[in-house]
Amino acid sequence: MLEVKHLMKSYDGHKRSLTDVSFTVATGEVAAIIGPSGAGKTTILRSINQLIKDDEGQVLLNELDMRQLNRSQLRQARQNIGMIFQNYNLIEPLTAIENVLHGCLGNKSTLAGIFSLYRQSEKEEALQLLQKVGLGNFAYQQCRHLSGGQKQRVGIARALMQHPKLILCDEPIASLDPKSSTLVMETLRQLAIEEHISVLINLHQVDISRQYADHIIGINGGQVVFDDHAEALTDTAAAQIYRKDLVLNEEAAV
Amino acid sequence: MTPKALTISQFFFKKRLHLTLLVLILGLAYVVSSIGLGFQTTALFHAQDGLIWLLHNFIPNAESMRYWQDIGHQLVRTFLIAVTSTTCAAVISLFLAALGANTLSLNNAVTWFIRGFSSLMRNIPIVAWAMILLFSFKQNDLTGFLALFFMTMGFLTRAFMETIEDFGMDKIEALQATGANYLQVIFQGLLPEIAAALLSWVLYMIENNVRDATLVGLLTGTGIGFIFDLYFKGMRYGAAGLVVLAVIILVVGVEVISNLIGRLIE
Repeated sequence: MLEVKHLMKSYDGHKRSLTDVSFTVATGEVAAIIGPSGAGKTTILRSINQLIKDDEGQVLLNELDMRQLNRSQLRQARQNIGMIFQNYNLIEPLTAIENVLHGCLGNKSTLAGIFSLYRQSEKEEALQLLQKVGLGNFAYQQCRHLSGGQKQRVGIARALMQHPKLILCDEPIASLDPKSSTLVMETLRQLAIEEHISVLINLHQVDISRQYADHIIGINGGQVVFDDHAEALTDTAAAQIYRKDLVLNEEAAV
Repeated sequence: MTPKALTISQFFFKKRLHLTLLVLILGLAYVVSSIGLGFQTTALFHAQDGLIWLLHNFIPNAESMRYWQDIGHQLVRTFLIAVTSTTCAAVISLFLAALGANTLSLNNAVTWFIRGFSSLMRNIPIVAWAMILLFSFKQNDLTGFLALFFMTMGFLTRAFMETIEDFGMDKIEALQATGANYLQVIFQGLLPEIAAALLSWVLYMIENNVRDATLVGLLTGTGIGFIFDLYFKGMRYGAAGLVVLAVIILVVGVEVISNLIGRLIE
């Protein structure tokens, strides 16, 4: 489904962020990328939907190379990839349902997008998605009044509105309390099983990735140092992923 | 990279030293400048004579009350000029700011041009604007309008640009990730987020321009500033005092209303 081949990226021309990253994610699979801060996890995720331009390599989504697309092709391809963020990145003064509807901006004309001209069917779908993530009663609330866990679920609904084949999650639970984290992770897991959406998650917590992921990719110093089933991740293997001497650019750690 | 370690007492000593130095510098600046001007602080103690004369002559009396209709008429005109010049400038400023903000900019040359232009517009004092425009547009409302308009445009472009730049790139990124294009990101993401901040800048500028419009009118011979000048030079001090009072009431009124609006949008 998703194939990343020999991805390379350096910032400022010399500081290598990714040296040579290759992995694949199968349809309906939950894959977790783990590794120390500054290892390049965020860079990998953002290279997949080309929010940042990498230097070399291939990112194939169903055999389509994301790196070879022009502007309008990229816009179309991005509709297949939902994304959720550590800080939710919702438009806070807007209501939950408006934020969910942003998920269909990609297939709207510029004017329809500017003036929020959504079809009745799209509005109804947005409401259903909010009900699905348990926020039916909050549809008309401004997002700034929602809790972190609720915001993240609005983020998931926004991603689902795109009818994605793949959802990228950049540290989705790093700002959440344990209860909300469980809820978010379970929702993501369910989506993979029920809707056959592939989910690729950047995570900090080894135990959570073991619990929810089918497939774990360990990154250190911009390289893949582990790539196997979740069960294969032993404590020794995990310790190896977080080994200090491999971290190349600690100053880039956020 | 590691700075030389300070003991806790050294750290606080250093902080105190900085504060003391700052106070000393300010004191020195005062002393130097007042010596330069030959200004004696004690002169302030004799200021009461002048103030008493002022109060005595400028308190509006029954006689000056017959001017209130003229004053009211000019006050409304001045207010309207302040509002139209601010709102017109705001629309253009928003457009310029969107093109000039670093985070949105498509082109560096455009950014620099807009920055330079807005800085030129707002750094020419309003008084200079009024005098310059007076030559081309003579004594009429348009002169006052344009003077306020240019200065406001320069100021708001800068303020809007900073507001846009403070807005996190990560939210723009989130919308780009859905496949939204440039204009959709601006209208669906940026504008809803910064609308409240933009509005409060516009309200602030209206307040400010009501005050400035008085001054501009004095120079360009229009509006409330003009009749103040007229009464003052005709030694009708009571009426001039009434003008001042009317301006104060207007400015405070605008401030109260803009505070109310500000609270409503929050």
